[in-house]
This record gives sequence, structure tokens and C-alpha cells, in this order.
Amino acid sequence: MAEAPILEIRNLSIDFRTRQGIARAVNQLSFSVNHREIIGLVGESGSGKTISMLASVGLISDPNVVVSGSIRYKGNELIGLSNRALQKIRGPEIAMIFQDPMTAMTPVYTIGWQITEQIRAHEKVSARAAKARAVELLGTMGVPSPREQFNRYPHQLSGGLRQRAMIAMALSCSPSLLIADEPTTALDVTVQAQILTLLRDLRDNFGSTIILITHDMGVVAGIADTVMVMYAGRLAERGPTQEIFAHPAHPYTQGLLSSIPPMEGKRLRRLTSIPGTPPNPAAMPEGCAFAPRCPYRFAPCGKVPPLFALPAQDSACFLAAGKAA
Amino acid sequence: MLTLLAQRLGQMAFVMFGISILVFLIFFATPGADPAVRIAGHNATPQMLAAVRHEFGFDRPLPVQYALMMKRLFITQDLTSFVNRGEQVIPEIEAGAPITLSLVLGAAVLWVLGGIAIGTAAAITRFTLVDRALMIAGLIGISMPVFWVGEVANLLTQSRLHHTWLFSWVPPLGYTPLTEDPLLWLKTMLIPWCTLALLYMGFYGRVLRASLIEAYQEDFIRTARAKGLTETRILLRHALRTSMITFVSLFGLDFGALVGGGALLTEVVFGLQGVGKLTFDALQNLDLPVIMATVMYSSFFVVAANAAVDVAYTLLDPRVRYKNG
Repeated sequence: MAEAPILEIRNLSIDFRTRQGIARAVNQLSFSVNHREIIGLVGESGSGKTISMLASVGLISDPNVVVSGSIRYKGNELIGLSNRALQKIRGPEIAMIFQDPMTAMTPVYTIGWQITEQIRAHEKVSARAAKARAVELLGTMGVPSPREQFNRYPHQLSGGLRQRAMIAMALSCSPSLLIADEPTTALDVTVQAQILTLLRDLRDNFGSTIILITHDMGVVAGIADTVMVMYAGRLAERGPTQEIFAHPAHPYTQGLLSSIPPMEGKRLRRLTSIPGTPPNPAAMPEGCAFAPRCPYRFAPCGKVPPLFALPAQDSACFLAAGKAA
Repeated sequence: MLTLLAQRLGQMAFVMFGISILVFLIFFATPGADPAVRIAGHNATPQMLAAVRHEFGFDRPLPVQYALMMKRLFITQDLTSFVNRGEQVIPEIEAGAPITLSLVLGAAVLWVLGGIAIGTAAAITRFTLVDRALMIAGLIGISMPVFWVGEVANLLTQSRLHHTWLFSWVPPLGYTPLTEDPLLWLKTMLIPWCTLALLYMGFYGRVLRASLIEAYQEDFIRTARAKGLTETRILLRHALRTSMITFVSLFGLDFGALVGGGALLTEVVFGLQGVGKLTFDALQNLDLPVIMATVMYSSFFVVAANAAVDVAYTLLDPRVRYKNG
């Protein structure tokens, strides 16, 4: 396991310049992703999970956003890279799939056209060869009769098929890293399971590395090797999926897990939820951002908790400090 | 596709039938006014009035009058104007139509190209000084009345600056058919084209800028970036292509209305005896047969342009083409 991580993020901060001042959406985020790993990046909306992934491929074009820190992909720094250089990385190196494939695909072109467009943007292949590969990919992704579906428009497909087409497009240039931004949120539960199985197969059969952004702990439990919980732009907890689910150390993770309706046992009269709402990034509370909503808050919470290393996981909570190894 | 075309043609015929009845009723069956008096003119003798009454069948029931009118308009084509002492109406329109078409077609080419250039340039440089300058220039173009711009253009090119190298090529006002002398045709039409295009160019530029900026907010643009496409390709193949749908529908309506006689001010200013000018003169003399004919002619173009827009829609937008899955 001496292999270098495929993606290494160090002290990534993302600031939005707004009328109310600077809003820090991502604060000193550091983590790394190993080859063939599936990472589940979990958090509420606005916790910074999507924006940090968009930043890693330079997809933030808003001039009012300032990205600082370091993002190294296969050892090469991505921050500060020219758009032209990033274009060569997007697609063949790092590919993304998005939440709603209805709006994420251009409505006026067939899915086949859009897949071949990506192939031909990165490789010098004939239209015929690109088409053959696109059809093959659609088939591999479990699209029935791919040759016919190739010529269909996004609106003509069901949500599940669209997402499969989207994944086929993302994989068309054999990327080393796949970032999936809530790929199952817009789908039915049954289709959701199919797409998750597909993603797991990708890792098992093709050795893909996947970062899965989601707010659904159930999705993470089913597929991820490692869970990273983000809260208000910071890493709250990180560790192997089983460990995190078995004994979450951060109160926020505990809150997320107890918000899942139990499948067995007595039916709860009322589902547990975390009280309050996430803080406004323009007006972050002093110290631990979760403290105002935390049932266990105590004196040390006035300071920002560092990431404490526990035997199995890392947790950014002073409660974990006592148990730290 | 063919059924759609047939459907549209059927609808067109139906709409034109409705328009013809409406126009007929307005001009010939308004209570309290004798159409014969109006057709014959102010100084008509009783014999003339009787002749008109008999010729147009005003002594017979309304449906027969309508049928007679339509027969003389479309089948025998011998509808005559009484105000202008026996001038045949249909040949007059046939003479005016190519002039109007030359004017509007040429201007349309200019304003579409100009509008696309302005809109795209402004969208690329959005919220910068260039964008603002372009939009203000567009607004100035829209705000200046076409007859005023025309008069100023005439003043400069025909008299004040006519002796300079810049405008010495401008021929005197009037119209030369394309078939007679293509070069002279081009020279005479160039200034009218620019005058008419100026108004629409600004308008189309603004509309296109707005829809391009809207397109850039779409998820599929982010997908296109994530695919590693170049910015040029994203602009031309994804953003501009989807924005064209609004652009084309607007164009169809404006083009139809202009060919139908809407370019009347430009025609009057530049002494072009087009259909607009014909309508203008007919309205001044209350020349009912001519008005009837020009209204039918212009409604044909408006309706036809609408149908053309619908057909273009189906070509541009697959969501319209394949409504049911």
C-alpha cells in the first residue's frame, strides 16, 4: 500500500466574495483518495462537498470565488492550472457525473452524439470508431438495445437510463477518477440501487476510483469504503464505513445516523432529526461550527476542534480528544 | 414530419380564411357606411355608384358579396381600384412584392448576422464594460425611429457627403430590379438595408445575450465543461445552439410582419414602391380593394412565417419533434 494517493487535497479553502463580506464555503479541507477506493462524501446541502469537488477540476468559473490550498492529482498540482491544461484532465483523467441527468445533458443532441463528442474531443478517432465505442459503453452500462438508444434524445429516456448514459459518457475516455455528485438523488429507489450496483461494478471490474457525493447515509453504507462527513465547510469525521456506522464519534455523524428510519424493531413515533439549521457561511460561529446544534457542547467547543486521530477514524470533536490514541 | 407539414398547411389555410372574413366584414359590412360610396370615391356620379354596387354585388346577400370578392381577388384576379381609375390591384402587388422582399431579405441577413455577433460578444464579455457598451449601442439602435435614421442617412449620402469618397457610390433613391442590374440593385439597397437592420440588430443582440447568459446557467454547460470541451465549442455547439430556439421564433414573426408590409416607413423614406408603400397610399385614399388585397397578402406572409417557425422549431428542438417518448 505504498502507492501514492490518486488525489491529494491539502488545506483547500474556498471563499465567496459576497455583499455581506467573505463567505468561506470550504475551510482548510484536507484528505486523500487512494486508487480503487470508493469514498462517500456526506453532508447537508451547503456543507461544501460539491463545491470542493468542482474546484478540484477547476469547474468554478465565478470570478467572485477564491480557491486556495493545494489539490494534487497523481502528484501534479491542479490549482492555478490554465483552463487549457485542465481541459485535458477533465474527461480522460477526472470525470464527473451529476445529479439530474435531464438537465445535465444538452437537450438538443442525442445521447450518442454527446458521448462521441467527448471521445472525439480527447482522442483522434474516426466518427465510426467513436460511435462503436459509445454503443459498447452504453451496453456495458446496462442500457438495453444500445444501438437504438444511441440515437435517442435525453428527454426520450427514463431517469435511470439517462443516468446510465451519463455514466457511459463520463467513462468514455477511461478516467482514473470518477466524481459522482448525488448520482441517485433524482431517481426512484429501485433504480437508485441499480445505479449503485453499477458504480460498485465499475470499481470491481475496471478498477475505477470513485468519489461519491451524497447526503444519503443509506447510499454510503451500501457502497463506500471510506466515509467523509463534512459540516459547514470542514471535515467533521472520516474513517472506514463500517467503523463510522458502528461507532460514530462526532455528534453530527451520530445525528445523521439516527435520522435514518430503522428497518427493524419498534416503529418510532417520531423520526429523530438534528435540531437547527447549518450556519450561514458568511457568519460562521466562533469555534466549532456544529456547537450551536450539538447536544453535548461543553467549554472547549469555543475553539475550532482539530482532527483527532482515533484508533479507527478521525474526528473533529473535543469529545473524541479523550479517546484519541 | 410530412403529416406535421400538412397539418400546418391546413391550419394556415384556415387562419387565412378567418382573416379574409374579418377584413371583409370590417371594410364592407360596417353598419352605417355604404361601401360603394367609399370604393367609388368622393366625387362619384350616381351612375358610377350604381355600377360599383352592381360590380361588387352590394345588392346581393353578404356571403355572395364575400364570395365575389374572393373570386375576383384570387381566381380572376381582376379586382380594380376605383380611386385610381381602373388600376388593377393584383399586378400592383405583384410589382411591389419583389421590392419589399429585396429590402427585407437583405436587411434580415444583416440583422441576423449582426444580432448574433453582438449578442455573442456581449454574452462572452458579460458584465464587463464591453458588454455594457454593446448593450447601450443596441438600445440606441432600437430607440432611433427608422424614418428618422432613414432621413439622416439620405441627407448624408444623397447630399451633404455625397461628393466625398465615402458616399459617392450611392445612387439616387429608387429601385432597380436585381435582374436588370445586380450591382446597381446592391448599391441602391445597401443604405435601406442598413437602416432597417439597425433597429432589429440591437433588439436581436439583446435577446440573444439574455438567452445565452441564461443558457450558461444550465447544468448541461457544466457537464460540457466537465467533459473537457473547449470554451469555443461549448459556446457554439451547446450554448448558442440551445439559444437559437428563441432567436428563430422571434425572427419568423418579425420577418413575416416585415414582408407583409411592416417595412412601410423604410419604403416611404427611401422611395421604394413596395407593398408597405402601396398599403400606405391605399389607406390614405381609402382604396378598399387595394387594402383588401394587401391585407390578404400580408396576412399570408405572417401566417406563412409562423408556420415556417413551427417547422424550424421541430428541426431545432427534438423535444418538440418527438413529443411522446
